[in-house]
Amino acid sequence: MTDDLTQLTIKDASRLLRLGSISAADLVTAHVQRIERLDEHVKAFLRFTPELWERQANEADRRIRQGDAPPLAGIPIAVKDVLCVRGVETTAGSQILKGFKPPYTATAVARLFAAGAVMLGVTNCDEFAMGSSTENSSYFPTRNPWDLERVPGGSSGGSAAAVAAGEAMISLGTDTGGSIRQPAALCGVVGMKPTYGRVSRYGLIAFASSLDQIGPFARNVDDAAITLSLMSGLDPLDATSSDRAGMEVLNNFGAGVKGMRLGVPREYYDVKGIEPGVKAAIDAALFILRQAGAEIVDVSLPHTDYGLAAYYIIAPAECSSNLARFDGVRYGMSEVDAPNITEQYLETRRKGFGAEVRRRVMLGTYALSSGYYDAYYLKAQKVRTLIKRDFDEAFKKCDAIVSATSPTVAFPIGSKTQDPLSMYLCDVLTLGGNLAGLPGISVPCGTSDGLPVGLQVLGPQWGENVVLRVARAYEEASEMKAQVAEVV
Amino acid sequence: MEVHVQPRTRSKMFCGCAIGELGDAPNSHVCEVCLGLPGVLPVPNKAAVEACLKTALALGCEIPRHTKFDRKNYMYPDLPKGYQISQYDLPMSVNGELEVGGRKVRIRRVHLEEDTGKLIHAGDKLHKAWESYVDLNRAGVPLMEIVSEPDLHSADEAREYAVELRTLLRTIGASEAEMEKGQMRAEPNISIRREGSKELGVKTELKNINSFRALHRAILFEVERQKQLLESGDPVVQETRGWSEAEQRTFSQRSKEFAEDYRYFPEPDIPPLELDRPWIEDLRSALPELPGPRRGRLVAEHGLPPSDMAVIGADRELADLFEGAVAAGAPAKQVANWIVGEVAPSGKLPSAQNLAELVKLVTDRSITREQGREVLVESVETGRTPAEIVAEHGHRQVSDEGELEVIAAAVIDANPKAAADYRSGKKQAINVLIRDMTNRMPQANRQVAGEVLAKLLD
Repeated sequence: MTDDLTQLTIKDASRLLRLGSISAADLVTAHVQRIERLDEHVKAFLRFTPELWERQANEADRRIRQGDAPPLAGIPIAVKDVLCVRGVETTAGSQILKGFKPPYTATAVARLFAAGAVMLGVTNCDEFAMGSSTENSSYFPTRNPWDLERVPGGSSGGSAAAVAAGEAMISLGTDTGGSIRQPAALCGVVGMKPTYGRVSRYGLIAFASSLDQIGPFARNVDDAAITLSLMSGLDPLDATSSDRAGMEVLNNFGAGVKGMRLGVPREYYDVKGIEPGVKAAIDAALFILRQAGAEIVDVSLPHTDYGLAAYYIIAPAECSSNLARFDGVRYGMSEVDAPNITEQYLETRRKGFGAEVRRRVMLGTYALSSGYYDAYYLKAQKVRTLIKRDFDEAFKKCDAIVSATSPTVAFPIGSKTQDPLSMYLCDVLTLGGNLAGLPGISVPCGTSDGLPVGLQVLGPQWGENVVLRVARAYEEASEMKAQVAEVV
Repeated sequence: MEVHVQPRTRSKMFCGCAIGELGDAPNSHVCEVCLGLPGVLPVPNKAAVEACLKTALALGCEIPRHTKFDRKNYMYPDLPKGYQISQYDLPMSVNGELEVGGRKVRIRRVHLEEDTGKLIHAGDKLHKAWESYVDLNRAGVPLMEIVSEPDLHSADEAREYAVELRTLLRTIGASEAEMEKGQMRAEPNISIRREGSKELGVKTELKNINSFRALHRAILFEVERQKQLLESGDPVVQETRGWSEAEQRTFSQRSKEFAEDYRYFPEPDIPPLELDRPWIEDLRSALPELPGPRRGRLVAEHGLPPSDMAVIGADRELADLFEGAVAAGAPAKQVANWIVGEVAPSGKLPSAQNLAELVKLVTDRSITREQGREVLVESVETGRTPAEIVAEHGHRQVSDEGELEVIAAAVIDANPKAAADYRSGKKQAINVLIRDMTNRMPQANRQVAGEVLAKLLD
């Protein structure tokens, strides 16, 4: 019985809670028991928040009894280690922030709390969200619930794995180049990256400010949509947040794909290194969408090849600046025994940052240096403009773009850690959406060799409802609802 | 010259923290944003943008359609984020000018940025200090940076420029611009060249200047230092030099040979600003009359000497007082004298109506100038009109000869030596007698008293 409670959707759980068949405390207990049984294998969580879940579940039960339950009352969530939660150790997967307890809560998280969500714990991720496998976590790698020898993807691997393993009903991740969609694909769950500006970034420990967005993981499109709608909207603490109403993401999203034109970019369809099994799953998905009434059209994103290069200039450039504050002076790790301030900086950052973070800080510092700025950063920004234009052109021919989320299924742990470039290629189909600031989702679309494959749907700016509509229609037509992994 | 000015705002540049005062407890005006904690974001302060735009408009600058913030990256313990949010290649305004002493000084740009925190070292310099403390009350305080072209040719001109800038900023209400409170900091860049040469020499930049006097002295010192270097055949090194108030000299702080590469790039956390044109036009039309034109008008309308105008025109409130008192019927020259001689040094302003009344009372000899001073002080303190005060104190000046003759006779009797001296030709001895008379009768009109004494003695 209790395990069943970890398989529920928000809608079903909310119905049971309102009927009084279960309490929020029951839901929490079921999830905590499952975590106790499975997480030693999956290792999705870095730390747990029992005080929070107790308080929030009690509050949810009280509100439910009173009959004024907010929309997520009692829903157990997990939060990626880059989102600040007041009083909860938040470290961005890094040693440098060990022990840091923020005195504030990220707006997106605070809004879910206000909507009644119950926080179970903090999930593992690549250090400062830099990576595609969660192997760059300074704590331990998270494992894919469908095959414990394989990675869950990244950087939000802990959040994806938690939802896939039934350890949380929904979770939050962040997506800078694909860090929600790619692990969602590899773990067989739904993961959504909103339009840049849809969700406030306040309280998100920044990797690359112009690319980062917070988004939900869920086991079905409805849950992702409702979660997104509740955390969206203007935040006076984030000057890049939009005043568009959160609920607009739900506009018309159940209307099906009949009559919609779905573009398949040939550069994505035939992307280098795409596995035959992934391609087959995408072909099958396109067939199902066509059956459901969509028109599949060819489109082109001609600058795709340059996207990866541009991304790996812009993101490191911003990160080199964003991570400058981790200097050991005010919080986190501090090598105070250093003989002078410069040594203190160097020692703190040498010990506190892992190899991939140091690599990107160095790349970004170089790209912004005088004499190199024009050749690298400025050039990359021009490429970014061209990529945006590619999408603008494509969306003249179609309502949404569909492709694989990742060229491959989950790969074995350790198989790419020695070759950063091969790891960077994991994001080749997703990072265009970040460079252009577009909404995108990954939904499960079958398996290849028993491992999940993700279908990516990208929409025009502020077109979350279009993306969700396609994803939901596919989910319905394919009867491919995300499964909860048995794990062991 | 680069001048940093703290615009008059209630809160910091990118967060809601209050602007503290010198002497507040360290780190008492800080929050997660100005502490640079992880995950926080800057939100620009509209009042600071407005003050910067007003300043730019008052300096006749062009306001570009688009402006943006940039990050200036360097690590230092007084800079919590590891970068300062400033403006690099698209400043809020460009190409203005300020008239100083009849010459136009071109303004290159006026932009907005944030201040850093303050370090307090137990020891001399950061690397030698035993302990260093960080106070972030100033971190994130808004600053306007006003950069001039190299149009200033002497320490005098530089000081005049800074003073004129302060007057302008106060007139338009953009800043209090108190140098002593750190609300205005001048950083002159100095180079010298051979007479007739067109090329600018190697420059040094001076910091730590806390007053107009220090500005003047630092420049004089630096010019002399550079002159001696060049005359002895040594080069001037491009560097930042600090002014030591204690030693009255500049010292090398940072050589530009090891100049930091600030890796400027657009601040991704703040979208580029598209400045609303109607808003800018509203700000422009709401500007008060600026000090330069006003000074010109006052000289033209009232024929005042430039020395008076230098005082009255340097402060909007004084100029308002002057015009108000004149409008209330007092003679311009006398009003100017009272403002320059009494009001400005005291720093306490009467109402224009009261000043006009006072000036008239003195001018028509109803009270003495001495009594006028006392009445002014009392009027400023109590707000009562000079006429009321005069009536209450019986201050009326006595000019009636008959009344004065009685006292004069007594004074002559009491001062036989002075009277004898006067009679024997030492005419200045009469002053002793006049003084005794005004001691006995403060409201006596000095001039009439002198006449009466002379008549009795002769």
